[in-house]
Amino acid sequence: MEMSGEYKIEAPRNKVWAALNDPQVLKQSIPGCEEIEQTSDTSFTAQVTAKVGPVKAKFSGAVELTDIDAPNGYRISGEGKGGAAGFAKGGANVKLEEDGSGTLLKYEVDAQVGGKLAQLGARLIDGTAKKMASQFFENFAEAVAESDGKETAAPEAEAAPAAGSDTTPLAQVSIGTWVVGAIIALGIIYTLVK
Amino acid sequence: MTDTGIGASVKRVEDQRFLTGNGNYTDDINRPDQSHAWILRSPHAHATLKSVDTSKAEAAEGVIAVLTGADMAADGVGGLPCGWQIHNKDGSPMLEPGHPPLAVDKVRYVGDQVAIVIAETRDAARDGAELIEVDYGVLDAVIDMDGALAGGSLVHDNVPNNRCFDWELGDKNGVDEAFSKADHVVSIDLVNNRLIPNAMEPRAAISEFDRSTGQYTLYTTTQNPHVIRLLMGAFVLQIPEHKLRVIAPDVGGGFGSKIFHYAEEAILTWAAGKVHRPIKWTAERSESFATDAHGRDHETHAELALDKDGAFLGLRVATKANVGAYLSTFGSSVPTYLYATLLAGVYTTPVIYAEVQTVFTNTVPVDAYRGAGRPECTYLLERLVNKAARELGIDPVEIRKKNMIQADQYPYQTPVALQYDCGDIPASFESALKAADYTGFEKRRAASEKDGKLRGIGISTYVEACGIAPSAVAGALGARAGLYESAQVRVHPTGSVTVFTGTHNHGQGHETTFAQLVSESFGIPIEHVEISHGDTDQVQFGMGTYGSRSLAVGGPAILNACNKVIDKAKKIAAHIMEADVSDIEFADGKFTVAGTDKEMAFGEISLAAYVPHNYPIEEIEPGLDENAFYDPLNFSFPGGAHICEVEVDPDTGTTEIVGFTAVDDVGRVVNPMIVAGQVHGGLAQGVGQAILEGCVYDDDGQLLTGSYMDYTMPRADNLPSFSVATQSVMGASNPLEVKGVGEVGAIGSPPAVVNAILDALAPLGVEDISMPTTSQKVWQAIQDSNVRQAAE
Repeated sequence: MEMSGEYKIEAPRNKVWAALNDPQVLKQSIPGCEEIEQTSDTSFTAQVTAKVGPVKAKFSGAVELTDIDAPNGYRISGEGKGGAAGFAKGGANVKLEEDGSGTLLKYEVDAQVGGKLAQLGARLIDGTAKKMASQFFENFAEAVAESDGKETAAPEAEAAPAAGSDTTPLAQVSIGTWVVGAIIALGIIYTLVK
Repeated sequence: MTDTGIGASVKRVEDQRFLTGNGNYTDDINRPDQSHAWILRSPHAHATLKSVDTSKAEAAEGVIAVLTGADMAADGVGGLPCGWQIHNKDGSPMLEPGHPPLAVDKVRYVGDQVAIVIAETRDAARDGAELIEVDYGVLDAVIDMDGALAGGSLVHDNVPNNRCFDWELGDKNGVDEAFSKADHVVSIDLVNNRLIPNAMEPRAAISEFDRSTGQYTLYTTTQNPHVIRLLMGAFVLQIPEHKLRVIAPDVGGGFGSKIFHYAEEAILTWAAGKVHRPIKWTAERSESFATDAHGRDHETHAELALDKDGAFLGLRVATKANVGAYLSTFGSSVPTYLYATLLAGVYTTPVIYAEVQTVFTNTVPVDAYRGAGRPECTYLLERLVNKAARELGIDPVEIRKKNMIQADQYPYQTPVALQYDCGDIPASFESALKAADYTGFEKRRAASEKDGKLRGIGISTYVEACGIAPSAVAGALGARAGLYESAQVRVHPTGSVTVFTGTHNHGQGHETTFAQLVSESFGIPIEHVEISHGDTDQVQFGMGTYGSRSLAVGGPAILNACNKVIDKAKKIAAHIMEADVSDIEFADGKFTVAGTDKEMAFGEISLAAYVPHNYPIEEIEPGLDENAFYDPLNFSFPGGAHICEVEVDPDTGTTEIVGFTAVDDVGRVVNPMIVAGQVHGGLAQGVGQAILEGCVYDDDGQLLTGSYMDYTMPRADNLPSFSVATQSVMGASNPLEVKGVGEVGAIGSPPAVVNAILDALAPLGVEDISMPTTSQKVWQAIQDSNVRQAAE
């Protein structure tokens, strides 16, 4: 599956970048994200619970960062294991561009799913992933606006829960985690709904 | 005479329980202290198993045991065997790589078994499976046959080029010579689309081990319980027959896919001996899609040599057949002896040469599916003959008639091993043309045209070999088993009868048809007859149900056992009525002394046999219970003509089948209603293959058509009201003169449908289309043709 898109965020790039550095913002933005944990300088895990109607599923993803070019972009790749449901792996190229007073976030995703995820969800992944993407950006834009308002308050304090959570890579990784996670989540959803 | 004998459309006695929800399927059965299994399957098409860590799963709540391929190997469990050995052109045997029930070093298709989790509940087993940590070393998958044959990644390290065997049949030099003299050569390239069987009941099994007796019992959804006992007991688990009982209770459809010995049967039986608890497993629908053996999947190039008048001079066929990742039970015989031996079809083609390569790929094994080899053969012949008619400018009816075997040519020896014993395809063909109003077609085409529709008519004339099989012939061709059938006819003291048959009823109506045989033979109503099947502890032996063999091979066994009963009963009657045995006559359920008014009813004799107060005890034993084994002298050869009429909407590509006529020669008809039902079902499956069904794997070996969202089954609104009839020639090589009907519909129909669609599209210049001929494909063919014609 391949998916690309862009999303305009009404905040300057440095604000967007700051928000991307804020794990609270990301946790708020990624639908169903419960946990983000750094396992090394360039690798992370995330746990995401996806819920659709009566169906709820938890999955974990491991993500690696390459080609870091802060604050312009990076290549992020990962693999998520859904147990008996199969696997999802893939990568995303993410770019931040200045666009007038706002910021344009561009992404290109390539992903591969296997096992039951492919068997039951393959042809529906595109539509569902797009829907989840718009949900993410909606949440994210809202969170950016909020953090903008509280900027002078205590940005450091918000980052307290996770060690090193205010470092640049974490924020970038989390987006990739969401991408892989979204794929896994919808696969599991179709598995359970079938 | 009874009104429930041969020829009566008796309502199916088994339908009462099926239609009222009282069937007893494997999943309906629950054993005391039963546990539940979940099979962890590979999500990768091809990968090494670097490690399988079961520790977390074993510690999970409710989990009883987690077992892997390493555990099986440690117990010396064998691989799943293949039942038919094929030899290469050079005489060497086919390559048979190991097929461990649980993967040991490698997984070879998505769905391959990695571990079994046994738990108190199904949910606990499933949750436990989530905790197994498998480290896969992902390898490149080989999916398409050309890629596999080119080498690259090897499914089995010891099978170079992924080629299982390279086999041939026929006269290569003779065919070369025929082609050198031909006025015309017509060639065609065809794909016979891969199908997923989709029996209504998913596969299921319950295993148990009795510690007091050392006896194993397996309930399983199989078409042939004795074959499973033989294969699993002798080759996989080393359990002798007297310690292994296999029960196939009600089974909800098989279509071939439940013939084979599946890994889950062996895994569960073995595991029951380890955990000392009954274990139940029922496949989910998505497991059925991914792990039931698939059908068809051939790629063929064929050439037909003709003289200037359209007479066939020779046929040359090269086929690649996908066998999937492992050799399934009959995976090797389907694309060889069940396929190429029918290449004469209904025609007098004097020389034929076929070569078949079978190829391993990282897909689920491919094996017999309704028709098994014969639909592939019929599709090839009937598409090729139509193409020849078109290229030579001969009517498709005329080219067939010109080359067809005539009634007076039987028995007909084909150049590809088989000898057709009897038949008259020209007669069926004439009847079908008449029933379909072939001559009135142009009028109907013109009427459709006015409505903006393209109308087409397509013909398929076919013959198939079933009644599988004469054991000596099958053995000479590589079968590793006999293919006779057995029956036991037990007459009870008061004259009711239980018949034990080695065939298995999973939708065919045996409980009715077989009872009709007994009703006819003994002159008793079928309510007095019970048909018992499916339990190896009850039925002496059997080879099961497939290849339209149950009535053709199992029926004569029942008949012979009935005749043994009558012979013995006559001796009892002679003794009691004080007459000579040669003077005893038996008709309409009564034993009479010729020329007198003395008579005894069937029930009186049976009572005398069990209460032998006045009995010829010095001559014969008490009791009235006989068995018979019947091995056929030849295959049987049903055949006929199918004519399909379609309307295509050129704007959408949607095909509507507006008429379908089938005239089939199935030999003697025991129950006309059941025969019509079998033909209807077969036609539905044939139409499904032709226009709707197609299995798709992506390049990585992921199954993309793994649910009903992506795999289209035929529905009532895809089908017309069928016009079916039988027109039989008696003389089939068995005492009942029956030929078999289970597969004819699925064999004859696909080319009739596709030929009809191509006929409809012919005015637009479309010359080829592949199955399934979906609306999208038809539409695309029309567009491509428009572009091509615009360019010309």
